[in-house]
Amino acid sequence: MPDFPAALFELSPAEWTAIRLSLRIATVATLASLPFGILTAYALARCQFPGKTLVNGMVHLPLVLPPVVTGFVLLMLLGRKGVFGPFLAEIGVVFSFRWTGAAVACAVMAFPLMVRAMRLSFEAIDRRLELASETLGANRIWTFFLINLPLAVPGIIVGAILAFAKALGEFGATITFVSNIPGETQTISAAIYSYTQVPGGDAAAMRLTIVAVFIAFSALVASEIIQWRAAKRLGNVE
Amino acid sequence: MIEVDVRLQVGAFSLDVAFANGAGVTALFGQSGSGKSLTLSIIAGLIKPDAGYVRLDGDTLVDVATGVFVPVSRRRIGLVFQDSNLFPHLSVKQNLLYGRWFAPEGERRIDFDAVVETLGIANLVSRSPTRLSGGERQRVAIGRALLSCPRLLLLDEPLAALDMQRKLEILPLIERVRDEFDVPIIYVSHAVEEVLRLASRVVIIDAGRVTSVGEPAEAFNRIAGAPAANRFDRSSILAATVEQTSVAHGLTKLNHPAGTIWVAGSAGNCGSLARVIVKATDVILSRVLPQEISTRSILSGKVANIQFDGAIATIEIELKDDGRLLATITRGALEDLALKPGSYVYALFKTAALDERSIGMASAQVE
Repeated sequence: MPDFPAALFELSPAEWTAIRLSLRIATVATLASLPFGILTAYALARCQFPGKTLVNGMVHLPLVLPPVVTGFVLLMLLGRKGVFGPFLAEIGVVFSFRWTGAAVACAVMAFPLMVRAMRLSFEAIDRRLELASETLGANRIWTFFLINLPLAVPGIIVGAILAFAKALGEFGATITFVSNIPGETQTISAAIYSYTQVPGGDAAAMRLTIVAVFIAFSALVASEIIQWRAAKRLGNVE
Repeated sequence: MIEVDVRLQVGAFSLDVAFANGAGVTALFGQSGSGKSLTLSIIAGLIKPDAGYVRLDGDTLVDVATGVFVPVSRRRIGLVFQDSNLFPHLSVKQNLLYGRWFAPEGERRIDFDAVVETLGIANLVSRSPTRLSGGERQRVAIGRALLSCPRLLLLDEPLAALDMQRKLEILPLIERVRDEFDVPIIYVSHAVEEVLRLASRVVIIDAGRVTSVGEPAEAFNRIAGAPAANRFDRSSILAATVEQTSVAHGLTKLNHPAGTIWVAGSAGNCGSLARVIVKATDVILSRVLPQEISTRSILSGKVANIQFDGAIATIEIELKDDGRLLATITRGALEDLALKPGSYVYALFKTAALDERSIGMASAQVE
């Protein structure tokens, strides 16, 4: 390991690839699951429907299951020889060993965190505001878009940021579902793991670790700032 | 016109009310827990009744028998809550225009500028609701409901959360809304003064049942038969002409056929008709015209009716030439004075005991 300090800040092209790939996978996973996350959080916070407990359980399952199990379930469902795999391949959608598959795995793993944050902010909305909106002639759908959604925006952003951070760090489910292919499915976490497995890879692992810490910390700070500003705008803080 | 005839069981509480309103303000009066807010929720569509119907201008809003239930958003009934519930993420102007946008094109008959002017909120429109005082918020809430051009406006204790000063500011505004915009109002309250001042019709609800309906003065007279615990609700309305305003003392002299009434502050221009609300518990009776006494409002009349409830007696006095006045006194005082139906009495009440809500200009509906 020659000249350790300088090497600490110079990222190799392979490392840059892993970082770019991670950011792309996490961004796509977060944005694609956002509408589903919002609807699920709203439904769990405000609607009564049969099977609500089951839906709640399903949403939270990836949080408590070993990630490898989640990855394996995804493989069985969406893999080439999985339940839906052949059908999806027919219409041109292939997940296995592709970065899109990594995005699916990250989205599934991050979904509970996203829904939790959003659900809390939907639940915190004063119900009487919804009633006021309805007495003024807005139906449930209009009320959702004009009252619930704008008031839940801070929670939605926080949920998205948490999901993004979680997606960046996802390892177990991703590696099980789409393996660890440099340039296609090798994210920061997978790259760090790979570097620790080869002699002399410590410096690279350290560099990526610093990058991961930096990204995660920025995400947390951003979520704190957004929450504080929203509280201030709605008059809860002087 | 709204016609209500509904039943609802909530735990041990049973609601069974039927009434109709007319133009102007109809008050739903009752103590807390009497079921008046529940009734309002049924009219607004927030709660489904177990049985019965609600009709508005001939349209059925709820009819349990035929399974009709019009959802809240399609009823076009404005509702103002105790807490104004303004949308915190919208400006005051956006709040005001919220319901207007949903009103059918041809039904937007209430003018934005007129509402803003009437409620005195023109200088608030660009502000955020989170920066308003309680009284300002409530004015905006009333404006917001009004601008949705409702077929009926429900006010659920709109003043209850405000202090007396704010109440006195907003009460005349509600009077103006009543007189300037052609929207029937149902006003839920447990404050006798507000009800008597605003309403042309009162529906008194007690323990989930309508106990009395009619013109305010009449309906409250009938409370005389109710248990003594309710004696603080017993009030009378007196109509009197403004004779002079004494600027030096800030007093206004009102002429009533049975005597003179002095009130603090203004009650309108000379010659106009004023309404004064007198609580039965504030009235003192005397058989002779008292001399050298601080009480200045003295009316003469004769005892029409006496009702007893334990130690308390409620006496209905037929005032000379016009009106009735209720007085609650103790049974002991009644015996000492030897009052019987037909006895002549003087009724006295302190000017200082009349709070400012009790004095108002007579509305068009009550002559």
